[in-house]
Amino acid sequence: MVSQARKSELLFSGSDWNFAKLSRVYDEIEALGTEELGLDIYPVQMEVISSEQMLDAYSSVGMPLMYRHWSFGKRFLYDEFLYRKGARGLAYELVINSNPCIVYLMEENTMALQALVTAHAALGHNHFFKNNHLFRQWTDAGGILSYLDFAKGYIARCEERHGLAAVEAILDSAHALMEQGVFRYHRPPKLSSEQQREGLRERLEYEERSFNDLWRTLPPSQGKSKPEAGDEILAERKKSLKLPEENLLYFLEKNSLVLEPWQREIVRIVRVIAQYFYPQRQTQVMNEGCATFVHYTIMNTLFDGGRIGEGAMLEILRNHSNVVFQPSYDDPRYSGINPYALGLDMMQDIQRISTAPTAEDRDWFPDIAGRGDWRDTLLDAWANHRDESFIRQYLSPALIRKWRLFALADGADEPHYEVASIHNERGYARIRSALAQSYDIGASRPDIQVVDVDLLGDRHLRLQHKVKDGIMLEGQSRDATLRHIRNLWGYEVSLAAIDAGTGATLSERWTKEL
Amino acid sequence: MPIFIDRRLNPKDKSLGNRQRFLRRAREDLKRSIRDKVRTGGIADLDREHAVPMPRKGTDEPSFGDDRQSGRRQHILPGNKTFSPGDLIDKPGGGGGYRSAPGTMESEDDFRFVLSREEVLDLFFEDLELPDLVKLNLKQILSFKPRRAGFAASGAPTNINVGRTMRNSHGRRIALRRPKQAEVDEITHQIAELESKPASAAVRERIAALREERERLERRRRRIAYVDPVDIRFNRFDPQPVPNANAVMFCLMDVSGSMGEREKDLAKRFFVLLHLFLTRRYERIEVVFIRHTHQAKEVDEQTFFYHTESGGTVVSTALEEMHRIIQERYPVAEWNIYAAQASDGDNFATDSERCIELLDRKLMRLCQYFAYVEIIDERESHIFGSTENGTSLWRAYNAVDGKWPNFQMRRIAAPADIYPVFRELFARQPALRKSA
Repeated sequence: MVSQARKSELLFSGSDWNFAKLSRVYDEIEALGTEELGLDIYPVQMEVISSEQMLDAYSSVGMPLMYRHWSFGKRFLYDEFLYRKGARGLAYELVINSNPCIVYLMEENTMALQALVTAHAALGHNHFFKNNHLFRQWTDAGGILSYLDFAKGYIARCEERHGLAAVEAILDSAHALMEQGVFRYHRPPKLSSEQQREGLRERLEYEERSFNDLWRTLPPSQGKSKPEAGDEILAERKKSLKLPEENLLYFLEKNSLVLEPWQREIVRIVRVIAQYFYPQRQTQVMNEGCATFVHYTIMNTLFDGGRIGEGAMLEILRNHSNVVFQPSYDDPRYSGINPYALGLDMMQDIQRISTAPTAEDRDWFPDIAGRGDWRDTLLDAWANHRDESFIRQYLSPALIRKWRLFALADGADEPHYEVASIHNERGYARIRSALAQSYDIGASRPDIQVVDVDLLGDRHLRLQHKVKDGIMLEGQSRDATLRHIRNLWGYEVSLAAIDAGTGATLSERWTKEL
Repeated sequence: MPIFIDRRLNPKDKSLGNRQRFLRRAREDLKRSIRDKVRTGGIADLDREHAVPMPRKGTDEPSFGDDRQSGRRQHILPGNKTFSPGDLIDKPGGGGGYRSAPGTMESEDDFRFVLSREEVLDLFFEDLELPDLVKLNLKQILSFKPRRAGFAASGAPTNINVGRTMRNSHGRRIALRRPKQAEVDEITHQIAELESKPASAAVRERIAALREERERLERRRRRIAYVDPVDIRFNRFDPQPVPNANAVMFCLMDVSGSMGEREKDLAKRFFVLLHLFLTRRYERIEVVFIRHTHQAKEVDEQTFFYHTESGGTVVSTALEEMHRIIQERYPVAEWNIYAAQASDGDNFATDSERCIELLDRKLMRLCQYFAYVEIIDERESHIFGSTENGTSLWRAYNAVDGKWPNFQMRRIAAPADIYPVFRELFARQPALRKSA
């Protein structure tokens, strides 16, 4: 509890910041966060950077360390262009899911903003990273920085040894498959420690040097050409390769016949990084919502306790309302649903349902309505949900009405959109489930799997795209991506579009047709 | 208390490597942009930063994505005002794609970024086949030479001027009456002498007084440093530009109908390269454009490159005009005169004689350097090669070429042929540098 003597004392005044103020504010915010909200966080490392460095960080997908690739250069130019033109401001902060949790603060921020950012990133995001089950299971916060360091060094060494062009070709191909380079259903192995990696690489290099086909002692197999029951061979083959496989990068890394060991390692690096970002993409609403809810609550508590001046609070509120601004669909500024706004509103809604429920809330949320323990409910939600399940569970009719959400059915071959549901009794459940569905990465990304490969025959790699709701792949980028798969695989690749409902083959594309 | 790290002073340009990789990747597109710049911009404009449009070829990043023109979807949108279930809404653009899906970026059409001067020059040099030494020379910015210029109270330790520092220190020590070591030694000596005598009250008192006096002197010596920071003086250096004189560059070009787009483009690159070279060596450069058909006229750059005029070809008129302008505005004592002439070689046979005479008698004495390029068809290039035969102007100039070492002539059919014209000029440069 804040003692009476300290109560009227402002934490800071004026807009300039310095490290003493930052530290004082952090301590206060951390105490509030952990004691009042029950947050559980990694230790924090705050780094002050300039706007130029922020742009640098932007271009390397927000990581402090990254290997070099032209696409990051392109992104940098693009971000810089928008920033210089004034079309887009820079984020006030950047936070990295690592242990210790690294928070970047921009030097241009005022002290009030630094306080806001501290509560948002150092407490909110940090808590989410440490506690959400996706992050806990799928990423290794302790190992990511040292892994990126290794990746950067390894790729730089490859560039020296094999030339920029060769490395670039592999990276280009692997980047094209990043979306298909994650395990969705089973947990990826933990990142190995540096020593283990070093050992592994030495072993690979040794194998590379010492392999000689002359020493092969196995007799050539006799029954290769014997025609057997085709289905049985196929089943056997699939089993031995663990097919079907949804992680194309993993499959190519392990089974490609043309990749050199160093190329495999690069594919692996890209795959590990894709996997690292996979949880972030599934928890955007929750992650931002959690951080926004935390900063909003903490800042208000500080203001109520007289620790922040009115001027500073006004500045904070102004920035806060910019962040959570949600234009409606017909506004020219509309560019999709703002995850900050949706997350914050849902979490404040949970708070409301816990403390002051209506009869409708008691109907819809019998297990949390009126219980008063919104902190525990939120902590539980933050720990155990992703966007899709969170919305499916907690989007309330009251909020649907507040947002005036409506569902639009869009058939490509029809000249009209049809309004399917609106915010009324019949529409609540449908809107909730459709919105949840749109945040389900598994459903909204194309489902492409390796289904068969004939390693002893013509080595033809068969991929299958399960077409849902008649949504096909875009032709041009599909062909370009297939070319990249062919580069990594080395032999013929084909992609068949199979209708998920009927199982009918809709089309098939071969690389030799390209 | 969190860990704070101040990264603001970390090395910048962390993404420089990425930028270089990107530029290499988009090299062909960027080269075309720069070539367009050269074609449309002024001769002196090349030597700076340029904004170029985002290259498209080779810089897309494909991945599997949904085709927006197929399938059935549901969109959830906020802000319903009047709709009820079952309402039909026309699609924008008569059934075109769904417009404002989240994540669609704004049009990249007007997306331009800035290439630095170095990068621009690199791209410009690419197919000119300049040797690296020359490229380096051209990329250099005006050089400065540090020159001694008095003393400064601050500077790098290596630049301390010991003499001056000690003089200041000495003066200060005198002014503040810093006790010398000899005075202290003297008192110590006296004390030792007194101590060796039998101790009496007077002697003890004297010793105590002396000790106190020595103590006072020591204290004073400690307080007044032997060399104090205020004494220190540094040698001051002023960056002084290497003295450069003025130069004037004459661009002469035949603009009769036979000079087409390609010929003018090559000629322009030839002029740009000479101009670049001159900007490195001279502080102030003026460019004079003279174009001619059967009569010559001084014009501005725009007219020079973009206006065509019909008429015959009399080269000597241009040379006369140049001579007149030199007499009028550019006295040889103050100006270094460079001339570059581009032509397709057509001339009246009788006029060529007059050209030889003009060059031989007047112009070559005034010019530092005169370069002539004859722009020929690529198909002709292997026929003529290096033969003496050729157009009437070529044959005429051949006579001058033998006589004057500062005269250069060359046939060019492609950009790569341009540099050899200047080879002599660039080769002479290091020697000139040294003597400057």
